Amino acid sequence: MSQNTPTLASPATGDAEAALRDVANAHKPFRTDRWLLWGITLLVAANFLWIIANNQNFGWPVVFQWFTEATVLRGLYVTLGLTVVAMAIGVVIGLILAIARMSNDRLASSLAGLYIWFFRGTPLLVQLIFWYNLSTLFQEISIAIPFGPTLASWNTNDLITPMTAAIAGLALNEAAYMAEIIRGGLLSVDKGQIETTEAFGMTRTRALRRIIIPQAMRSIVPPTGNQLISMIKATSLVSVIAMADLLYSVQAVYNRTFEVIPMLMVAVIWYLFITSILNIGQGFIERYYGRGERGSSTVRKQDKVAAAAATVPAVEVSK
Amino acid sequence: MTAQFSMNGIEPGDALVRARNVHKSFGEVEVLKGIDLDVAPGEVVVVLGPSGSGKSTFLRCINHLEAIDRGSIVVAGEQIGYSLRNGRLNKLPARAIAVQRRQIGMVFQQFNLYPHMTALQNIIEAPIGVHKQSRKAATELAMELLARVGLTHKADAYPRQLSGGQQQRIAIARALAIRPKLMLFDEPTSALDPELVGEVLATMRDLADQGLTMIVVTHEIGFAREAADRVVFMDGGYIVEQGKPEDVLGNPQHPRTRAFLSRFI
Repeated sequence: MSQNTPTLASPATGDAEAALRDVANAHKPFRTDRWLLWGITLLVAANFLWIIANNQNFGWPVVFQWFTEATVLRGLYVTLGLTVVAMAIGVVIGLILAIARMSNDRLASSLAGLYIWFFRGTPLLVQLIFWYNLSTLFQEISIAIPFGPTLASWNTNDLITPMTAAIAGLALNEAAYMAEIIRGGLLSVDKGQIETTEAFGMTRTRALRRIIIPQAMRSIVPPTGNQLISMIKATSLVSVIAMADLLYSVQAVYNRTFEVIPMLMVAVIWYLFITSILNIGQGFIERYYGRGERGSSTVRKQDKVAAAAATVPAVEVSK
Repeated sequence: MTAQFSMNGIEPGDALVRARNVHKSFGEVEVLKGIDLDVAPGEVVVVLGPSGSGKSTFLRCINHLEAIDRGSIVVAGEQIGYSLRNGRLNKLPARAIAVQRRQIGMVFQQFNLYPHMTALQNIIEAPIGVHKQSRKAATELAMELLARVGLTHKADAYPRQLSGGQQQRIAIARALAIRPKLMLFDEPTSALDPELVGEVLATMRDLADQGLTMIVVTHEIGFAREAADRVVFMDGGYIVEQGKPEDVLGNPQHPRTRAFLSRFI
């Protein structure tokens, strides 16, 4: 103990106690209670799976039969396509809204505030139905100078198909939520960073693109992942406007075959599968934007390697 | 090495910075109550003063991070934030102010390095993005500056992996990379552990020796004594006393200066 030489792991010096006390060689105690809990949990889980697998009412053969059927896959394709398109448009409009909302310009920030107030304040289902029935409100959609001549005009019924109504409804609604998420992210960036970009004479756009948004992404990504997953499931709402998404497709099947539960299981498994993939993707994106942060994955890996390299010889010597 | 920092377009004898009757209030509190200051090209001015004396605020007014309420500040012939045309003074839009600021480098108390970029990326960001240099030219200059602040081996390190002193030296290199006519230092060593202050001050002393025009707000009396051409002492929103460091620091005339300096002896 009194000897404070770096050769603490060498028994040759006679300091055997220090070697024995080296925490690197400490054993974990055997914890009966933990093992018991693990055992019980696994047993219950296995039993639960067994019950579900053997329950005739789930109709597993039907699930397998329909899982990769063309109509289901077509529905899945629509769900994914709608999600991607609506989300992309939502993020772009949301970013513009967030910047407008935060600007010193009273007009821009009030307009953005009004938009967010309206689209967050009304149910998505209602918005979808409104968009789908737009032709009952306006027969024609035209681009015109206010109170002046018309420049271009379209028949609403030609313009609003289930597809465009679904995209408009989902994207415009999503934009309102994304605007608040992005605004929160931008607010989370240290004010000193914004000041630095100003002092260096950066334009607002460049400062946002190069400095502010990359830092804001750390707090924007997790809630956006949430939104994306909600969006996948929210697309099932479009079945009310006769848009053949995943849920609509399985409904179409069980309306004919009356195999309600098996067909819903098909949809449930697909939804879970997609969200699982998205979770993995989100992990990668978070790690990317977490670079340079203390405790980010790259640093941690290096530390682990270094720690391992340092402990290995000590263990060998003490044995 | 005096030719390191060019003074394009400035006549000898002209002030690089000319502040006249500068007033600034935050709400009810008047922080600056009429500051007049001229800084000649190549001059190193150290601004001393107790906390709340307005010295940092004045520094931030010079590059218009804070807008002043009265008076004027002209840097290299341009009034930052305004344009005087045909006898009429107009406020400039943000984009034009950004252009004006590009000749002024600034070093902050909290370093403010971009945390998601490596040291090298931090340095080349403004030269490439703002001053439209080629990546190759900007990187060459950055490596030169990294060598000058003694951190060549840290080019690929992220700010969080660097000590405070190293971060501040990178921040100084970043400010130098835009080839500024004027450098502003806002308490550059106040956020540092005592043993790291020396390396930053040594870097700054090098710059002072090379003829860079610098305005330094600091509490480091030693730096003022060794590197300053002129020491300005501020208190309560006024410049109380200014002059050569040996006069102001060695033989202070104003009681406030004396009281302030007595704490450092």
